[in-house]
Parts: sequence; structure tokens; C-alpha cells
Amino acid sequence: MIAMRDFLTGRLVPVLTILVAIVVIWYGAAIGLNGPVIRDFEKRAGETSEGMAFILKTWSQPKPTMPAPHQVAAAFWKYTAGVKLTSNRSLIYHSWVTLSATLLGFALGTALGVVIAISIVHVPALDKSLLPWIITSQTVPILAVAPMIIVLLAAIGVTGLLPKALISTYLSFFPVAVGMVKGLRSPDTLHMDLMRTYSASRAQVLWKLRIPASVPFFFASIKVAIAASLIGAIVGELPTGAVAGIGSKLLAGSYYSQTIDIFAALIAGSICAILLVTLVDITGRLVERRMGAKT
Amino acid sequence: MSAVRPNWQALAALVTGLISLAGLPFTATMGTGASLLVTAIVLVAAILSMLKLRPVAQAIILAVASHFAAWLLIGGLADAFGTAGFGYFAALAASWLLAWRLVTVLSEMKFIAPVAKRTIALIVPAIFGIWILILWEALTRGAGVPFVLLPPPSSIGARIVTSTNILAADFVQTVVKAVLVGYIIGTFSGFLVAVMADRFRFLAAGLLPVGNMVAALPMIGIAPIMVIWFGFDWQSKAAVVVVMTFFPMLVNTLAGLAATGHMERDLMRTYGAGHWQVLAKLRLPVAMPFIFNALKINSTLALIGAIVAEFFGTPVVGMGFRISTEVGRMNLDMVWAEIALAAVVGSLFYGLLALAERIVTFWHPSYR
Amino acid sequence: MSTLPVISAKNLDLVFQTGDGSVHALSDITLDIEKGEFVSLIGPSGCGKTTLLRVIADLEKPTSGEISVNGTTPEKARLDGAYGYVFQQAALFPWRTIAKNVALPLEIMGLPAEERTSRIKRNLDLVNLTGFEKKFPWQLSGGMQQRASIARALAVEPDMLLMDEPFGALDEIVRDHLNAELLKLWATTQKTIVFVTHSIPEAVYLSTKIVVMSPRPGRIHEIIDCDLGADRPLDIRETPEFLKIAHQVRDGLREGHSYDE
Ligand SMILES: Nc1ncnc2c1ncn2[C@@H]1O[C@H](COP(=O)(O)OP(=O)(O)O)[C@@H](O)[C@H]1O
Ligand SMILES: [Mg+2]
Repeated sequence: MIAMRDFLTGRLVPVLTILVAIVVIWYGAAIGLNGPVIRDFEKRAGETSEGMAFILKTWSQPKPTMPAPHQVAAAFWKYTAGVKLTSNRSLIYHSWVTLSATLLGFALGTALGVVIAISIVHVPALDKSLLPWIITSQTVPILAVAPMIIVLLAAIGVTGLLPKALISTYLSFFPVAVGMVKGLRSPDTLHMDLMRTYSASRAQVLWKLRIPASVPFFFASIKVAIAASLIGAIVGELPTGAVAGIGSKLLAGSYYSQTIDIFAALIAGSICAILLVTLVDITGRLVERRMGAKT
Repeated sequence: MSAVRPNWQALAALVTGLISLAGLPFTATMGTGASLLVTAIVLVAAILSMLKLRPVAQAIILAVASHFAAWLLIGGLADAFGTAGFGYFAALAASWLLAWRLVTVLSEMKFIAPVAKRTIALIVPAIFGIWILILWEALTRGAGVPFVLLPPPSSIGARIVTSTNILAADFVQTVVKAVLVGYIIGTFSGFLVAVMADRFRFLAAGLLPVGNMVAALPMIGIAPIMVIWFGFDWQSKAAVVVVMTFFPMLVNTLAGLAATGHMERDLMRTYGAGHWQVLAKLRLPVAMPFIFNALKINSTLALIGAIVAEFFGTPVVGMGFRISTEVGRMNLDMVWAEIALAAVVGSLFYGLLALAERIVTFWHPSYR
Repeated sequence: MSTLPVISAKNLDLVFQTGDGSVHALSDITLDIEKGEFVSLIGPSGCGKTTLLRVIADLEKPTSGEISVNGTTPEKARLDGAYGYVFQQAALFPWRTIAKNVALPLEIMGLPAEERTSRIKRNLDLVNLTGFEKKFPWQLSGGMQQRASIARALAVEPDMLLMDEPFGALDEIVRDHLNAELLKLWATTQKTIVFVTHSIPEAVYLSTKIVVMSPRPGRIHEIIDCDLGADRPLDIRETPEFLKIAHQVRDGLREGHSYDE
């Protein structure tokens, strides 16, 4: 009972308040940003509207500077529920294109990150030489590399999903590698010494001690990695001139200044992100609970 | 005790060195004599490195031999693009293995003096980086990789030297204007909002989960909106950077301000300290590692944000603009020059922050 | 001299509401502590020793009952700087040097710089830490850190020291040594000290009054007077008087707590 009440007053109510505040500010911003355009228009047309009529006008422009929340919601609804799944206008279809690249890149990036982390933990020469460059690799803005990867791969005949996925890989391997190095090194000396008294081999230490100990680190880092993966996939759709995917919708919206469409695409991307992160979060909790973690 | 201590890198170098003898001469412009010299250097160094010498002597032998051999190989190529035979690649592999051995020897050296430790911690990754460049140069030129696919580092370097004006203009446009302005505004406001929200429990309790969620969203997608709102010039890019850097700072600062221990807070209470005193003397210092974490995350986000935003419209200057147009023109050396610039700027930015972090949070267990 | 007690608690009750039920941490606590006394609270874990100390220091509010400190409320006393609180851990701030750590409460009180410097010097001297001003806490041993935290508590020039198992985390040799030093400190400063401990010899060696507490609900089982005189060398612990009081405390603890719960 008390736990439930604590959750309500301590979490849910504040979060809902903030969300409501965001919507209110958003409507306010729509008035502020669209108002001047309408005034301008009215001056030329020689008419004026006041009070509520004016406010309603700011919330119902066809090509507003700042679309109102309900306009975005309507557009989002139209492009998801209102069109066929296979249609070129369906946001679900575009989301799926981006998601598939995200997931492929995420899988590759996670595998790469884990392999790098295991090598770094076991080969001292790699620890000293590779780790600094892994950090440096992330200071290269990914978009600088994105067109390169796409051009390079196109030149050797690879197009479609893989180039985008590789950008996701580039962004997602880093948190996994860094987090897993920490995780694989997290067993304390006591446990390591215990394994040594059993004369366990390096492989046994890895499987029976290091990897179980790194599980919480693993899930914490793939939560970051999957969000990064999605960004990689979206960004990867920009320089390719892709015809499908959330990135391509953003690009198309920006060509025609269709702010409502851009916002709808943004909402689709955000929903993808929330779904992915939640999925990883739940999986992590389940696995950790099965491994005997508290709560 | 035998005087020989075999190791796999040296053995492999020995084998690949011997294999290279079957592919003489290595390239069209490299005589048999010069090719043999390379193989001889590699073989001798491999054998010497298996003797029981002092680590320092081993390191010197390996460093000289591997880099000299690589220099001869790259120099021997001259203008004979793509004429390298398998002997060339075997010799290259052998010298690379020696370099690997060198890194291993250096990593295993035990030093007590902190200066020596720090030097090794710099030299080892430097050797790694140099060898990436060596292999890149030797492979692209040796195998004759088409220029439009992957130019060798030497021509990228030449391009950097001849295009300093363009690079400088792009740097000013993208980094000095968009990134710096956006980064400062975004991180400062994230910090201030966090400190204000922290004053009210209710606000912090609501903002932390929402901020955490927003920080995971692909905020980069607001770039086209910002270009529509603020125009093509740097202001719209700075706005993107502001939005992208705001949330990580907000979330990390809030988490950091909540990271204070009970005992320390009780202690401040027994002194009758007020909210701002507790903030200044206890909670902000504790939050510093979190704040630096956000500053570092933001340093990469800011650069990405500014460059991506240039894809949605820009005046004819800027790093993102340059990359996209030069890719279209197949001027890949210019593209790589911009990438190198971005990497250097990004690393310097990150390095400065890491240094500042070390100075400010010197007391943190990870630095002691 | 008027005999108004420094701390006076009457029928204190404190119930914590937690996620899985309520905990009766303090029940009907009535206790007077006179100026200059050295009072030890002893009892098994969970009997409310820490909670009582925290109520005195205004870190916790009682559910019912009355408590006064220096004839006023604990909150007033806290804002007047009446307390020097010492925890089981030294709780020194790792980014401040030892001297700066001692300076912390003085900065909060807004004392001028010269006054701060002199108090730092005097109190570090009192705990034998002269020469360690510029060191950081993590460069010192556990015992030295705890001494620094005592110096920090004393620097406030509080009316009383509230110490919650201050030597609980230290090994016995260091602990003996610090006990002897604490007695000396008490003799020179004449402070009122309320001291929480798990250790019977420690309580008997240090105190003028031992409060034996028992759990579920946390209450006072017995108050034992303990007057071994002002001069107490460490080997007083082998004398019959000492052993007699120790016995009495042990019996009290046994009566108040059944171990087969
Ligand atoms: N903040 C709190 N919330 C809930 N229960 C508490 C809290 N503080 C202490 N308790 C409970 O009150 C009882 C007394 O605790 P405490 O005073 O710390 O005991 P002691 O210091 O004698 O070991 C224990 O059962 C403890 O679990
Ligand atoms: Mg306690």
C-alpha cells in the first residue's frame, strides 16, 4: 500500500505534471511562433482576428512554423493508422526500415564491443595500445565517416541495409566495449584469488567469474548502445539520399518545409527509441533477476 | 637455462620473412638488393628479439627494425602504384609483427617512476596509431587501391597542407561558431535548470525520468526544424547543439546532486548549513564527476549535431557541407582531410575536458 | 550551580513508517544528562541507539514525547552550533585537506579567517594531528581520519559531543589508544559526551553513566552509574571495580535481550 502510494506521489504525479507542462508550453510556443506570421498575413489581407479566434488560427495553420501538438498527433495518426502498412506514406513502414538497420547494426556493434573488451582484458598489449584509440574513434563525428562508408561500400557493390547498419555499429560498439572492459574487470581480488586456488584456466575464469560479473554492466551499456544505434541508422539515411526510413522522411519534410510531417517523423523515431530502450531494460531486469539480483 | 626465448610474434615474423624471399623483387621499382635488405632486417630483428636480452635493448632493436623496414617498403614503392607482389606484403606483415612484438615488450615493462609510466602510456598507443597509418599507406599504394575508394594518408596530408584556407574557414563556421556557442549555451542551461529543479523535490522527481527518456531520443532529428526556424547560417546549427547537449547535462547534474551520502548530509545539518551552503560545499563537489561525464558526452554530441545539421541546408562553408559536396565530386582526399580535422578537434576537445576533470576531481578514487 | 540538565528527554516515542509495516524504534525514553557527563548508550543492534542520538541532534523528530537541549528545542540548539557529531565513518570530504575539513563547519558558521586558522591549529593539536594539515583524508590511516573528524567536531566549540560508534570500524589496538586520548580530551575540554558503543569494556572505561538499551521496541532497560574516578590508565580494566561494573552491564544486556528470538 505504502509502496504504491510512494510510487504515485513520488514518481507518477511529478512525471505526469512535467509531461502536461511540456504540452502546455508547446501550445504556448505555437501561439508565439505562428502568431507573427498570421499577423503579417492579416495585415496584407486587411483583416484582424482577436482573442480566441486568433489563438485557434495559430493552432491550425497548414504549414505552421511550430505545429500544435494535436496537429502532429493527427498527422501521426493519419500516417500510421490511416494508410496501408506497405504504403510509401506509412510511418510504420519507414520506422521498420530504420529499425531493421538499427537492430542489425546493434547486433554487430554489441558483438564487436564484447570481442574487443574480452581481447583487451586478456592481452595487455591491446589494453595499452587499443583503448586510447577506441576513445579517439568516438571523437570522429560519425557523420563525417557516414558518407565515406556508404561511398566505399557502394563502390564494392554493397548497398541497402548494411551501410546504414555499419554506421550504427560504429556508434554502438563503443559503449559496449568500454562498459564490458569495466564489467569483465569488476570481480574483486578476493574472487580472482579464489579462482586461482582452484587453478582455473583463463577460459574458466572468463566463463564462470568475469562474464557473470559483467552482466549488469552489459545491460547498462547496451541500453546506451541501442539508442546510439538508432541515431546511427537515422543519420545514415541522410547522406545516402535514402528513399525509405525515418531519416528520409526528415529530409523530405525539410525540402518542402512540412513541419508537421517532420514532427510526425520525429515522434515515430522517439517511439522507436522508447520501445528499444524499454525492451533492453526489461530483458536486463529479467536476466538479472534470474541471476539472483535483488529487486 | 637456454638463451633463447621464443615468442609467437617473432616466430611468425621469421616465417613471413622467409616467405617473402619467394617473391623477389617486391615491387617494380625496388631492386632485388633492396628487397633482400628489408627481409634481412626483419629476420635479424626477429632472431635477436628471441634472445635473452634486456627489455630496453629488445625494444630498441624492434623499434628500429620494424620502422626502418616499413620505411624502406613504402619508399621502395615510389610511383609504382599497385605493382607490389606477394613478397612485398609478406615483408610488410613481418615488420608489422615486429611492431606488435615491440608493443608487447613495452606493455610488459615494469616501471616505478611515474614519468616512465606516463611515457609508456603515451608511446604504446602512438605506435599503434603510426602503424595504422603505415599499413594504410603501404596497402593502398602497394595494391593500387583506386584513389576514389581510399586515398593513402600521404595524399590526404598533402591535401591538408594545400587546403589550409578552406579547412580554416570550415573550422570557424562549424566549430567556433556553431559547436562552441551551442555547447556553452546548452550545457550551461542544462546545469542551471538542474540546480533550480533540485531546489524543489517535486520538480526533480519529474524531470529526472523525463530527461532520461529524452536523452535517449534521436534529438538530432530536430535539425530540419531548426534550419526552418533559424535559417541556413550557424545559428540553426548552434540551436541543434543546444537541444542535444541540454538533456545529458540536465540528467547528469540531477543524478550527481542526488549522489551525496546520508552521513555527509546529516553532518551539514548538524552545522545548521542552509540549502546553498550544502550545495556549494558538499553536493556540487560530489556531482562533479557526473557533470564532467556530461561535458564529455556533450563534446562528441555537439560536433555530430553541428555537422548533421549542415545536411539540411547551409551557406557554402562548413565541415558538414564540405564533406557532402566533396563526396559528390569524388574528391575523397578533401573529405578525409575534413575527417582528420574533425578527429583532431574532437580529440583535443575531449582531451582538454579529461585533463580538467583530472584536475577538478583529483580526489575521486579513480584518479588517486 | 543550577542543576538544569543539558539534555532532558521525557517519554520519547518514535515510530518509523516503512514500506513493510512500522518500526517502533524508541519507546518511552526518559533520560537526563548533566553538564560534563560522559554517557554511553549500549545495546544490541537495532535497539535505537543511533535513533536516540539523532533525535537529540535534531536529525530525527520524535513521534511523541518531549526533549529539550540546553533548555530549548533541539532545533534551536542545532542552529546555535551546540552539537559536534561524530559518525562511525570519518565522513571527511575527500576534496578537502585535513585542515580544510576542520574548517568546513567554521566556514558555514561564517567565522573570520584568523579565528578559523587558530581553531584549526588548536583542535588538530588536541587530537595529535599537527603536521598533517595539508594531507588529504585518503592519505591518512583510518584512526587518523577518525581523529580528524573529532577535531572537526570540536572546532565548532560545541556544548556536547555526540559520538555514534566512532571507533567501531577501527582495530582494537588503535581503539584502545583513541579511548585513552578521548578521556584526556574530555578532561581538558569538560564537554558533555554522549557515546554509542557495542563494546562493554569501552563503555565502562569511558563513562560516568551507562545507559543499557534493549530492542523491539527500543527502550532503556537500566541506567548504571560508573564512577571510576578521573584518572583512568588503560590497565584499570583489570581491577575488580571495573570488572564488577562490566558484569552489571553484561547482566543488564542479557536481561533486556533474549537471544533465541
Ligand atoms: N530511517 C529509518 N527508517 C525506518 N526504520 C529505521 C530508520 N532508522 C532506523 N530504523 C529502524 O529503527 C530501529 C533502530 O535503529 P537504530 O537506531 O539504527 O539502532 P542501533 O543504532 O541501536 O543499531 C531498527 O530496527 C532500524 O531498522
Ligand atoms: Mg547504530
